[in-house]
Amino acid sequence: MTATTTRPPRTDDALPPVYRPLPSWVLPVLGAAAVLLALGLRALLGSGPVLTVVFAVVLFTIMVNVVSRRVEGQRRAADRTVTAVVSAMFAAAMVPLLSLVYTVVGRGSARFDLDFFTLTMRNVVGEGGGAQHAILGTLIITGLATLISVPIGMMTAIYLVEYGRGKLARNVTFLVDVMTGIPSIVAGLFAYALFVLFFGPGVRFGIGGAVALSVLMVPVVVRAVEEMLKLVPAELREASYALGVPKWRTILKVVLPAAAAGIATGITLAVARVIGETAPLLLIVGTTSSLNLDPFNGRMATLPVFTFYSFFTPGANPQPDLDRAWTAALVLMLIVLGLNLGARLIAKAFAPKGGR
Amino acid sequence: MTAPTPTTGRTPEVPPPGEPARPRSRPAQRLGDRVFSGLSTAAGVAILVVLAGVALFLIIESIPVLGASAEQIDGDGGFFSYLAPLLFGTVLVAVLALLFATPLAIGIALFISHYAPRRVARTLGYLTDLLAAIPSVIYGLWGATVLAPYVVPSYEWLAENLGFIPFFAGPASATGRTILTAAVVLAVMILPIMAAINREVFLQTPALHEEAALALGATRWEMIKMSVIPYGKSGVIGGAMLGLGRALGETIAVLLVLSASGGISFNLIGQANPPTIPSNIAAQFAEATGLDVNVLVATGLVLFLLTFAVNFAARAVIARRAEFDGASG
Repeated sequence: MTATTTRPPRTDDALPPVYRPLPSWVLPVLGAAAVLLALGLRALLGSGPVLTVVFAVVLFTIMVNVVSRRVEGQRRAADRTVTAVVSAMFAAAMVPLLSLVYTVVGRGSARFDLDFFTLTMRNVVGEGGGAQHAILGTLIITGLATLISVPIGMMTAIYLVEYGRGKLARNVTFLVDVMTGIPSIVAGLFAYALFVLFFGPGVRFGIGGAVALSVLMVPVVVRAVEEMLKLVPAELREASYALGVPKWRTILKVVLPAAAAGIATGITLAVARVIGETAPLLLIVGTTSSLNLDPFNGRMATLPVFTFYSFFTPGANPQPDLDRAWTAALVLMLIVLGLNLGARLIAKAFAPKGGR
Repeated sequence: MTAPTPTTGRTPEVPPPGEPARPRSRPAQRLGDRVFSGLSTAAGVAILVVLAGVALFLIIESIPVLGASAEQIDGDGGFFSYLAPLLFGTVLVAVLALLFATPLAIGIALFISHYAPRRVARTLGYLTDLLAAIPSVIYGLWGATVLAPYVVPSYEWLAENLGFIPFFAGPASATGRTILTAAVVLAVMILPIMAAINREVFLQTPALHEEAALALGATRWEMIKMSVIPYGKSGVIGGAMLGLGRALGETIAVLLVLSASGGISFNLIGQANPPTIPSNIAAQFAEATGLDVNVLVATGLVLFLLTFAVNFAARAVIARRAEFDGASG
């Protein structure tokens, strides 16, 4: 490459002898030029808004590369190009996610009223009605799943950290990993296949959903609690043993309290992970339009399944059903985000500072 | 106090670097100890039992399918010709989603870990974690309502101008609810979790490696190429495999977005799309009776084995990375 300026010629793989960075006004000017060019292309080709932004970003990246190569050399140019590409990728990935949040909030607010939380869908055709039955059903089934998963998950984590050695512990660790990857629909099929043996074909009830959700929740609880228990310093245990405290009391009175905040965070996140599960509940719990608070008897409505059916099979006049579906989605999203923020707050209140 | 014995046996797959040696001292054994250790061991064994139970009950419910004649199963050619388009659709949509999501996830992770200002990065990290928690039914609603109508003109353009490529052979779907749309929705869904895994791996790059590269005069990109990428490579592969496992098992989003009516076809934007195993189960299960239920459970068993294999491979890759860490650090 031959330089047209008075600077001495240089090879491509070395920095110039005296490194001169791009003046700070160059990037904004290039950005403005790229936007103008993209707008010009838009007028010329009639491209949509998304394509225009893509053009602008691509043009900007190319121009930065060319200018930087001329002034700063090949290596700096590559660095600037990658910076532009990585930032653009991040922005591109945020677009659908922001669109999702915007859509759910926008469409969900239409029916976000008191009725939605106090009425059921019993004898409701068309407008009106609410999702009280579904909200309560979700709380009952998720609560039962938590009641099943937390003791099993915590005891398994205690086993792995405090007791487990050898082949059994290795296998349990491995299988917990495998369980993390079980598709949610397979968990639903498992619950169905299990209860159909006792109750015959076509079985549907809430506790089956709780069992299916537990299959998904236990590995998450195990992983979270295990990580937290490992963080408890060995000195605390040693001090307790030195005072003659038996191991089980050491675990109950020293180790678990020391890890309590982290465990609470982990369990909250695990609840958030399963509360939005639709597929297993679709198979084993079904849905209903009335309030059913008995998880051992008959179908129950749940918020995710309510969302799904309202959207998937709306009535003859679809709009009220679609409105209810979006509001249910909004409530579900608020619950999940609330649980996540709650978990963060718990963690933040007790966490040591530092890291990112 | 008795001397601590070395902690070699417990979890050799993932030796956490820098973990202090845990005491294996033997305090007094009492009744409470025996009860407590018995309970916790029982919980560990319960995990084994549950997982064995999942496989066992699925197999029990699938057995009638083997004995059934070809005519009793939907379609003409028996179980395997029923399964073939389902399996094809499942793998196709998941692999496409992975193709879209992997580079973006790496980009997002690098942006958060090495490009964004530290304070912003922490917030962005929280944000991606929050997005990873949004339930799939909401992604499905969004895909069917917002994305599918939006992409219809692009599909028509593809069919007109690139129709000679089998993937884009026309006529384009008028609703936009095609394999390609479903793959994009799945990609958006697995993106946050994959980005979170990649970010964790990139952040774990030893600071000394990065500083050594910078001290030699490397630019930021050269530093990333020399220290971050080699260190994080197997973590990225493992994260991608986990994302693939999720995409394979995703039910509701695919069911809501994909208009499934066809068989095996590589046409990504047409009207006849193959269904996927989980979306087919969810769509058929409520009305299924008798042998149909067994057929659906059998396809579920196939899905279970498929995701098991993928996750197994992912764990193996990640475990190799753990060994690599142990050797180098």
